[in-house]
This record gives sequence, C-alpha cells and structure tokens, in this order.
Amino acid sequence: MRILLIGLIAIIGTFGAAAGRAQVFNPTSFTLANGLQVVVVENHRAPIVSHMVWYRVGAADEPPGKSGIAHFLEHLMFKGTQILQPGEFSRTVARNGGRDNAFTSWDYTGYVQTVARDRLDLVMRMEADRMANLVLTDAVVLPERDVILEERRQVVDNVPGARLREQMNAAMFLNHPYGRPIIGWEHEMRGLTRDDAIAWYRTWYAPNNAVLIVAGDVTADEVRGLAQTHYGPVAAKPVPARMRPAEPPPQAARRVVLKDERVRQQSWSRSYLAPSLARGDRAQAYPLQVLADILGGQSGRLYRSLVVERQLATSAGAAYDSDAVDLSSFAVWATPRPGVTIEAVERAMEEELTALLRDGVQVEEVERARTRLGAASVLARDALGTAPRVIGAALMSGMSIDELEAWPRRIADVTADQVTAAARAVFDEARSVTGYLLQKPPS
Amino acid sequence: MMRRLAAFLVLLGVWCASAGPALAIDIERVVSPGGIEAWLVRDPTLPLLTMEMRFRGGAASEPADRVGIAQLATDMLREGAGDLDSSAFARALDDRSISLGFGASSDSMSVGLRVLNEHREFGIGLLVAALTRPRFDPQTVERVRTRLLAGYAREAEEPRAQVRRAFQAAAFPNHPYGRSLEAAIAGTRAATIDEMRALLTARMARDNLIVGVVGDITAQELGPLLDRALGALPAKSRPVEVAEIRAEISAERMIVIKRRLPQSVQIFGAPGLKRDDPDWFAAQLVNYVLGGGGFSSRLMTEVREKRGLTYGVSTGLSALDFGAVLVGSSSTENSRAALSLDVIRGEWRRMADEGPTADELEGAKAFLTGSFPLGLDSSASVARLLVAIQYDHLGFDYLSRRDQLIRSVTLDDARRVARRLYGGRGFLTVIVGEPEGLESSGG
Repeated sequence: MRILLIGLIAIIGTFGAAAGRAQVFNPTSFTLANGLQVVVVENHRAPIVSHMVWYRVGAADEPPGKSGIAHFLEHLMFKGTQILQPGEFSRTVARNGGRDNAFTSWDYTGYVQTVARDRLDLVMRMEADRMANLVLTDAVVLPERDVILEERRQVVDNVPGARLREQMNAAMFLNHPYGRPIIGWEHEMRGLTRDDAIAWYRTWYAPNNAVLIVAGDVTADEVRGLAQTHYGPVAAKPVPARMRPAEPPPQAARRVVLKDERVRQQSWSRSYLAPSLARGDRAQAYPLQVLADILGGQSGRLYRSLVVERQLATSAGAAYDSDAVDLSSFAVWATPRPGVTIEAVERAMEEELTALLRDGVQVEEVERARTRLGAASVLARDALGTAPRVIGAALMSGMSIDELEAWPRRIADVTADQVTAAARAVFDEARSVTGYLLQKPPS
Repeated sequence: MMRRLAAFLVLLGVWCASAGPALAIDIERVVSPGGIEAWLVRDPTLPLLTMEMRFRGGAASEPADRVGIAQLATDMLREGAGDLDSSAFARALDDRSISLGFGASSDSMSVGLRVLNEHREFGIGLLVAALTRPRFDPQTVERVRTRLLAGYAREAEEPRAQVRRAFQAAAFPNHPYGRSLEAAIAGTRAATIDEMRALLTARMARDNLIVGVVGDITAQELGPLLDRALGALPAKSRPVEVAEIRAEISAERMIVIKRRLPQSVQIFGAPGLKRDDPDWFAAQLVNYVLGGGGFSSRLMTEVREKRGLTYGVSTGLSALDFGAVLVGSSSTENSRAALSLDVIRGEWRRMADEGPTADELEGAKAFLTGSFPLGLDSSASVARLLVAIQYDHLGFDYLSRRDQLIRSVTLDDARRVARRLYGGRGFLTVIVGEPEGLESSGG
C-alpha cells in the first residue's frame, strides 16, 4: 500500500453495486507468448490512459515469519533498476504530467500509472523494465523499512478502530493466511531484509504471473503492439503454486474486545465467514451481493430499523466483497447513539437478523435491489478509473472476463429464495467474530 | 454524431494546449428563461445528468453561538421533503439510484445531483422538494443532531482533526475560521428548527447561486430545467459578512498536545495567499517543489526516501475566501518526531533562501499543466470544475489560459514568491502525541 489499499476495496465494494445491460465494460483480452495476459478497455471520453500491472501474489502468500514482505516489496519496486535510479520511476511519471501509485492486497499486488495517451509507451517501457530488472541495496531498503513501520503506526497503531479490525481478522481465520495483516505484524516487519525482498521478487514477479490492463483512449491493436515491444522480451519462468491452507469448519462464535481511552464513539460489528465467487458455496455469492444491498444503505433494513425507527444507533450497515481467491466475509455493523449501550445495539441487530432468517427476504425487496444494482453498471462507466480496478480485482480472484461481463444477468437471475437460503447458510453464530470497540476510562 | 465526445472536449482542449496546438473548449453558458445561469458540458456518452450547485456564504457566517448550524441545516435537506418523510425520501432516491447530497463548508453551501435520464424529472422533483419544502420533522432533527454530535465527539480524539483544529484556532484567533470544537458542539445543540429554516432561506438564493452541469442534455433542454429546479428559490440572499483576516503566524511557535499515541501527528505552516493573488501559480509551483509533488517533492525525498522518518509528508495552499494559510502535515514515531521536524524546517528555510532550481521549476510546470486533465475523470469532477471556475471568478476562457499562466512564471518570480511564502518570521507547528524533547513554546 504505497498509498493504501483501503480506497480500492471501497471502490470494488461499490461495484458490487455496479453493472447493467448486456455487457459492462466490453474489454478485449489476449495473451503474449510469455504468458502475460493483456486486457484493454477502450474509453475515448478523454485523451488519457490508465496503465496497470497486477501480479497474482499478495500477503496471503507470504512464508511464515515474513508477514509484510509482499507490501514491502511493493514499496521497493520504486527503488530503481539497472537503468533507473531510486525514485526515478515516479519522478519520470510526474515529469510527464502523470500520476503513479501501487497497492497490495491478500491476493494481489498492483502498480498503476495514469498518463496522457502519448506517454503510454514511456510507462510501459519502465514497468516492463522493473518486472525483471529490479536492483536493491541496503542503502535504499533500510530507510524504506522505517517508512513501512511509520505507515503501520499511522494507519493501524494510531487508530483504535483499525487495531480492532486487525484483531477481528486474525480471529476470523483460524488456519488461512488471510488472518495476517497485509502490512504485516510489527515484530516481523522489523526483521525483513533485502534478501527477503529479492527472494520474494524472484519467486513471484514474472510475466506469466501477471495481468496487464490498459484502459482509456487507446485501441486494442495499439496496446498489442506496445505490449509485444516492451513486455514481450521479458522471459517467463516457473512460478510456484500458492500455498493456501484451508479453513476448518468453524465451531465457535468469537468475541473480540478492544478498549482504548481515546475511543469516544463506541461501535459494534460482526463478520461472518462467507463464500466468495471462487471458494466455498460459490452459488451463494450473487445472492449475498443482493443481501448486502437489502441490509445496507440509507434505505436498507438495518439503517431503517436501528437508526430511524428504534433510534438506537447513529449508523448501521452491511458489506460483502465477493472477490477473493479463498473465503470471504459478510459484515454488519452499528454505532450506538450516546446513552445507548452497546449491548442494546447488539440485541437489536440480532433481532433483525433473527427475523430475516425466520421470515426470509421479500420478493419486492429483491426486485428493488436488483434494479439498483442494474443501474450501478451504467454509473460504473462514469469514472474512467473504475473499469481497470474492477476487472483487475476480479481476474486476480480467478474470475473470467466472461463471468465479470455477465454480472448484470447473474444479478437479474437472483431470486428471493436464493437470498434467504444464502442468509441462512452464512448468518450462523459459529461462523462469526463480533468486535466491540469500547472506551477505557482514563487511568 | 458530431458531438459524441463533447463532454470531454474540455479535457481534450486542456490537454492539447499542453501537448501542442490548443483546441477550443466546449463549455456552453446557458441562461434560463428565468435568468438562472449554468455552465454546461454536454456528454451524450452516458444516459446521465450531473448537476453541481454552490451558494456563496457558509459556516463562517454563522453566529458565534450557532457554530455548526449550517452543517445541521444542510444535512436536514436530505431527511424528508414535501409528502415524503425521511425514510420515504431515502427510498425514493435509492430505488432510482439517484444521488442527491448537500453540504456546508466554511465559505459556501453545496448541492450535488446525479440522476439517470429515465428518472431525470423525478430527480429534479426531489431536488425542488428538498430545497423548497424540507420537512424538519422534530424527531428526525434530533436523530441528525445526535449523529453530528457523535461525529464531533469522535473528532475530539482523532489526532489529525485535533491538530487541524488547533492550528486553525492559533492562526485565526477570534475569527470564524478558528472556531473550536466546543463551539460547534454547543451551537449544534442549541440550533432550533426555525433558525435552520431562516438560515437556508437567507443563504440559498438565486443571486448567490453557481451551477455546473455535465450530461446528456442540450442547452435548449437545460434552460427550462434550471427554472423548474431552482426557480423557486428566493431571489436575494443575505450579504455575507465575514472579516478579512491575515493568518496570525508571526513568530516561531510550537503547540504540543500531549496524548498517549505511538506516533506523533504534526501540522505546520505560515500565512498563505488567496486564490485571487497574482502570485497564485508561482506559489503553486514552488509548493509543488517543496511538498506538493507526491513522491518526488523535496520533503518526501529528504524526510521519507532518505531517512525513513515518515510514511507521508505534504504541503499545500489552503486558500479560503477571507484568509489563507500555507500548511503541511506528516506523522513520525515519538522518538524521532523532533528530528523529522528539524529536517522539514531546514527544507522550508532552504526554499526561502534559494527557491527552486531551474530544473525543478520546469518539472513543476510539466506536472501542473500535464496532470490537470487526469483529475477530470468523471462527470462530477468536471461539473465541480465548472462551478469552481465561476466561484473563483477565473473567467469563461480560464481553461484555455491556464497553461500559459503556469508557463509564464519565471525563475525570478518563483524565487521571489518562495521568499514571500517561506521567508517570513512566522512558523507555527502543532503536534499531538508524546514527541520526545518537544514542548510548547512561543506564542
């Protein structure tokens, strides 16, 4: 997360609210001889292009004891190659009026530049160069390790809610590496070395383990030519299979409590282990997207009940992300209003969920959600950056482009019975982790 | 169709101006039969209408004992209007995927609407109802008031918000820009429904209204639509009476707020300059070199890349209508916070003494001209630009002049402005945390 991953998740989450008529983004896809998959989304509204390379490797692929190395390497990818000085990559992009960044998830690591269409050649040349020719020395690695430690303090240690989320996540996954924080545990981050970074890079960074996505004012033929020129010469190499230990069947509800004297606003949340589009009972993934829409949002069940009608909470919502190589989670949350106990909010939430499981969702609710999600596919085409991010995240979790483009139809086919059945399968106490963010009285 | 790409001809124009021959920019000025003006960029590529509206005069005009009332009043506009109570209003928006939002900042109030073509008239109807027949149901007012108060409570312990508030209070003493969180809490508690209604009537009128529109609509269609949407607003607003203030930062001053945090969060700065200052672009260029330039700025290079002292450090010009500051922020673990600030202070002085190099200035010009279109990547961002150009009185032809304004800044200009901005005696730092070796001083 050179500049954090959180935004990306939010965008993809919204797309879960995103897709319409027959097709969504109409991408073109082809594969180079060295195994690099290339996806092109033409969009001629502005003379700019977004150029992204996504590697099929992330924090959940890290060896034990090396948490944070995927993200650390993401930072180190800006430290130069045989022909570029440290920092020269970003300097060159800026000098050409472009912006660049990078991001790391449990399942992938990505690099992005947005530039004028006539600078595509330039960024492709540099990105292809660092796919194989990274040069690292302790002189650049050690200060950058301090940077990621500062990043951890800024985004986790200084933020009580983020510390709780990290602990809840660790409690959710008993055996799968999704339980480790993407940024890493501090004690392990401190021990990461140049050799660890190089080993990681040599193992996983290869054209045959990557997807190139170019979106914007460019044609598929132009991209084909440029990709062949710049990425074509990068040699393929064997990439190991991912080691992803599976979760055992969950047996017990877990409760995680974090007390901090800086907390002024207590909050309650619960996550349930859930299937994704790639793992578990995958048929439930689309119904769960519809369910998240029915429960969440300002006109959703939870806000209406807890915030508007019963006046117990200042906010309430639900979220589900179907993009994951392995299992995912379905979350619900609420923030009690002053004077209301967290127990009262929890009780109200459980009553809502109990009623949902008992009575099921109504046909009319599902129809409204499907309409909203359908409209979202049109809206998703508005911002130029949405398509490459959504496509990248989907491909990284193993979804095909055809399946992604079929999203509007899949959502249109979801029935109320399927939504109810998915809710009954997932909202099982034993699959859950409940988090309490509480105020500790000052000592 | 000839104008298939009309919407983003704005971008094209700007871009080509920086990369070669300038093109005409396709903004249309539309005046409704009733006399309401809007700037339109037509974009038939998506079946969508995006309207951004802004009214001059915001929270800074609030009475001292009603701080926060503007936020509360504008939040209420989304909570029910005409025959629709809060829940029915939210559902009317959600079911048609209409986004309608209201906000208040220091100097203005804003309204944003995005609606699919098929629901355009319905969306306009909801906008009209919200602006002219808001309900202010007492129970709903209390719910929204509670939500805002909970937000202020959270802000009280959020380190970034804490230092920002303290900085503003020190820079703008006895001025609305420097009002405290306590004042906002008290004012939000005290505001009555009658006062909120009176405020909206006084502040949202046709004579202080600015409109930007992007979408699948012709100028002929937009004229009457403007009258339907906004014609019922009062003709005249109450004059905005806010005192001009020069930021009172005239000496070295440090404010340390002791909190138990692993990482100190700091904000620092000096008096700035306003948007209508003739040195505006020279200041933007110099700021880009020091701390505005993403990964390539002097501060990022010295503080982050070389020394690993922070995850991020940046500076920017914060220009309000009645006062301005030049302000930067970063965060560093407590034991190294003083060192980090030393490096920042040293670079600040060096910029005052030496200014940017010729090469740095060229790089800044290349970025500020070239990257401009990259931010205009959605209908809403283009609509907001149309509003901003009008709000700041930059002129109908501003986009065709912008590149030249930036290019014409000379190295002498840049050095002079660097001395002006960074060479004063005033430097204010506010830190929250447990920074080792730092205590409040000066002031």
